[in-house]
Amino acid sequence: MTITKGHEVPVQELDRVTIRFAGDSGDGMQLTGTQFSRTAAVFGNDISTLPDYPAEIRAPAGSIPGVSGFQISFSSSEIHTPGDAPDVLVAMNPAALRANVRDLAPGGAIIVNSDAFTPPNLAKAGYAMNPLTDDSLRSYTVFDIPVSTLNARALDGLDMTSKQMDLTKNFFALGIMFWLYGRSMETTQAWIEEKFGGRPIVAEANRRALNAGYAFGETTEIFHTTYRVAPAHLAPGTYRNITGNEATALGQLTASKLADRQLVYASYPITPASEILHQLSGWKNFGLKTFQAEDEIAAIGAALGASYGGAMGLTGTSGPGMALKAEMLGLAVMVELPLVVIDVQRAGPSTGMPTKTEQSDLLQALFGRNGDSPIPVVAPATPAECFDYAIEAWRIALRHMTPVVYLSDAFLATGSEPWRIPELDSLPDLRVPNRTDRAGFYPYERDPETLARPWAVPGTPGLEHRIGGLEKLDVLGTISYDPDNHHRMQQLRAEKIARIARDIPPLDVFGPPEGELLILGWGSTYGAIRSAVERLQDTGRKVAHAHLRHLNPFPTNTADVVRAYDRVLIPEINMGQLRMLIRSMFLVDAEGFNLVRGKPFTISEILAKAEQVLGDPARPTR
Amino acid sequence: MTDQRTPSALDAAPIKLSRKDFASDQEVRWCPGCGDYSILAQTQKVMPDFGVPKENIVFISGIGCSGRLPYYMNTYGFHSIHGRAPTIATGLKEARPELMVWVVTGDGDALSIGGNHILHSMRRNVDIRVVMFNNRIYGLTKGQASPTSEFGQKTKSTPSGSADYPIHPLVVALAAEASFVARAVDTQTEHLQGVLERAGFHRGSAFVEVLQNCNIFNDGAHRAFTERDVREDRQLVLEHGKPMLFGKNHDLGLRLNGVRPEIVRVGEDGITEADILVHDETSEDPTIHNMLARIYWPEFPVPIGVIRNVPRPTHDELVDAQVRDAIARQGPGDLAKVLRSGETWTVQ
Ligand code: SF4
Repeated sequence: MTITKGHEVPVQELDRVTIRFAGDSGDGMQLTGTQFSRTAAVFGNDISTLPDYPAEIRAPAGSIPGVSGFQISFSSSEIHTPGDAPDVLVAMNPAALRANVRDLAPGGAIIVNSDAFTPPNLAKAGYAMNPLTDDSLRSYTVFDIPVSTLNARALDGLDMTSKQMDLTKNFFALGIMFWLYGRSMETTQAWIEEKFGGRPIVAEANRRALNAGYAFGETTEIFHTTYRVAPAHLAPGTYRNITGNEATALGQLTASKLADRQLVYASYPITPASEILHQLSGWKNFGLKTFQAEDEIAAIGAALGASYGGAMGLTGTSGPGMALKAEMLGLAVMVELPLVVIDVQRAGPSTGMPTKTEQSDLLQALFGRNGDSPIPVVAPATPAECFDYAIEAWRIALRHMTPVVYLSDAFLATGSEPWRIPELDSLPDLRVPNRTDRAGFYPYERDPETLARPWAVPGTPGLEHRIGGLEKLDVLGTISYDPDNHHRMQQLRAEKIARIARDIPPLDVFGPPEGELLILGWGSTYGAIRSAVERLQDTGRKVAHAHLRHLNPFPTNTADVVRAYDRVLIPEINMGQLRMLIRSMFLVDAEGFNLVRGKPFTISEILAKAEQVLGDPARPTR
Repeated sequence: MTDQRTPSALDAAPIKLSRKDFASDQEVRWCPGCGDYSILAQTQKVMPDFGVPKENIVFISGIGCSGRLPYYMNTYGFHSIHGRAPTIATGLKEARPELMVWVVTGDGDALSIGGNHILHSMRRNVDIRVVMFNNRIYGLTKGQASPTSEFGQKTKSTPSGSADYPIHPLVVALAAEASFVARAVDTQTEHLQGVLERAGFHRGSAFVEVLQNCNIFNDGAHRAFTERDVREDRQLVLEHGKPMLFGKNHDLGLRLNGVRPEIVRVGEDGITEADILVHDETSEDPTIHNMLARIYWPEFPVPIGVIRNVPRPTHDELVDAQVRDAIARQGPGDLAKVLRSGETWTVQ
């Protein structure tokens, strides 16, 4: 290749670019992707990211199961998803190429570390021939760069083994990408300083790798164009990039501040919810307490015990843990104490695919307990919304004295997007009083509006009383086996939750208030549905999008919304759980679109399905 | 760690209450003649001794006949689900370390369905007093074998005799590092009061096994060594600092032969009181405590009283100290600052 210093290349303006970084789990692809995302976010692009981790912690190096990926989409306009097909694939080894190449957009670019394309690595990836030379990649633009060699050269003279040097090759690749998209290296340089400041050799190695990659782009002539993606016009404010799990943890911390009560988070390690425990346990100076319990049951038991004591008892888990928590959740329904359960859903049944996303715990959250035991359910739609719905979960729990299930999922948890940091005084006041007045105190006397019972916590003189899982006598709260009382209490518990509908916003409709098609979603399918509906509306179709954040109870206008369109399509990453609810509750012949592959819908999949439904004259819903 | 102590219910100036202050208005509903009545009575009797206002006392139970006890105590009470009382108690203590928390449980509740929680609440030294009623049967569900039922015992669920070996509750408690381990008998009321009182004053995880008679489904399970006329010969009443002597004439004793305990008679074969083991409940080394937790009638007298009592920082103290420490190191949490952590950028 020819190397001329600082050659001029034409610059092309793009509206949106999607890049996927892929390599062996040891290649630092998550870090590389995160660094690129931060830089794009700080630059002012709208971004959306999707990491894809291998399920095994240490899958054999160079193997397909060991491939780790990170996709980022950045844009000069508002975007809702991490992109359907990447425009650029950065593949650090043959396995990464093989596992990802079929997702690439036609005509897309592939940047590979050609040093990794050795016969043993090719064999581990299952390639009989070297794809870099056998012409099989001819429909893409391939840039094969000896990243390891060039990087080692840049680090020459540092007191490191060649193995240690090779660990920094991801930053060489990152440097190339920064050059290609005209990005500043400042954010990453600052990060290196902060992270490796105490280890000058490592810091220097990473700095050199990054600079060398950037200089390589600048000085070689293998790239004929560089690209620019202008900043997006986001609403004014201060932003940071945030993942769903971070937003969930921050929302919980904020809720405790807004309620002016201590947060007690009790949890058992489980993918993909463990980060919430890690985050919260670092904020002890807020007075919150975290507790790693011996199992899922102990975790929710401790959370309920904390709520009984007047704190905000919180537990977090994923599907298998939800199953174990069911009995205690039923107790929380019976004793009517506030409690929030975070379920970061993952692919099931059973252990399923722990790192992969799914929306299949909806019915478990609603009904997965013995007896009729209604529980409010909320579900954020985007990573940033996880913050708002953590607060919303507590607003409902505290005001209505009930356990609440908060459904996130692996896609929301690990995906990220820019988040406009709210002003604290714009957030709701969550404070509720403890009962202290002993005059006329009855443990199951209800607030006439919400039907909430008083929160009388141990330590309050004169209010000593007993609660438990046995049926309660209305008002008095003593044990009762009276048939009519049981019936009345069942109705009261149901009515208490149903009344929450009065206290939540109506279902918002994006698009015409009536028309040909409503696409109804919940949870993390938001971005793909919204983008598809925008495109359909651009072509003049009367298509609307409504997204449920309250799954129990539904907003009061839900029936009207679903009945206002000829057709209702419900895409879900499950076998049709929301559809079952909508059909049974509103007698609307909603159609499902159910792809259960452990990964999110793409925009084009929703689009194609919607077009098919629109083109099919059968089954109007009204 | 900062050395400030977490306030405990026991720290406050004692207040004067009587037994009847602790009796609730609920009618007690165990089978007539059940050992639970006595345990309830002794519990109510010792409560005033702690000087703790009753609103600061909480009884948490699981499922089983024992689970009803909180309803009869005029304190705060939580009758939870099967086996899980220690989890609720742990969370409550985490949020409210100043409360005095008692967990009431049974052999099935604590050692079968709730075994895991007993292990972990004990090893964490959560400041709770677990009182386990051991009647060696499932009473509430009408007579199935429990984890402490005898090998070969015929019950409704084991008509051909139980094929399961019983568990030794106190061995489990010791293995789980409970910092206070004791045994008492339902009908030996004064002794039971003494043990409950000691457990109440202990800070940390206390485990008390109360041998309780279920006169309906397992009558006489403990009779062989609890009947009035045989007690002295068949029980070893432990007292800290005293030789392990028992028997009507107080002349039988326990001594170690190598690593094994044996029963000897003082005055025979040149044995004097100096040969007899002296009980040290505060010994860090649990070897002798394990031996005491394991020996049982008919091979040995059944030890009753406090077996182990060692001071250890409690879970709630440690967790509280971490919070105080974090505040001392980082200053009180600033939410606006945390929300803005990481790279931020401003859009005008
Ligand atoms: S069944 Fe046994 S333990 Fe239960 S109340 Fe009756 S006698 Fe007591």
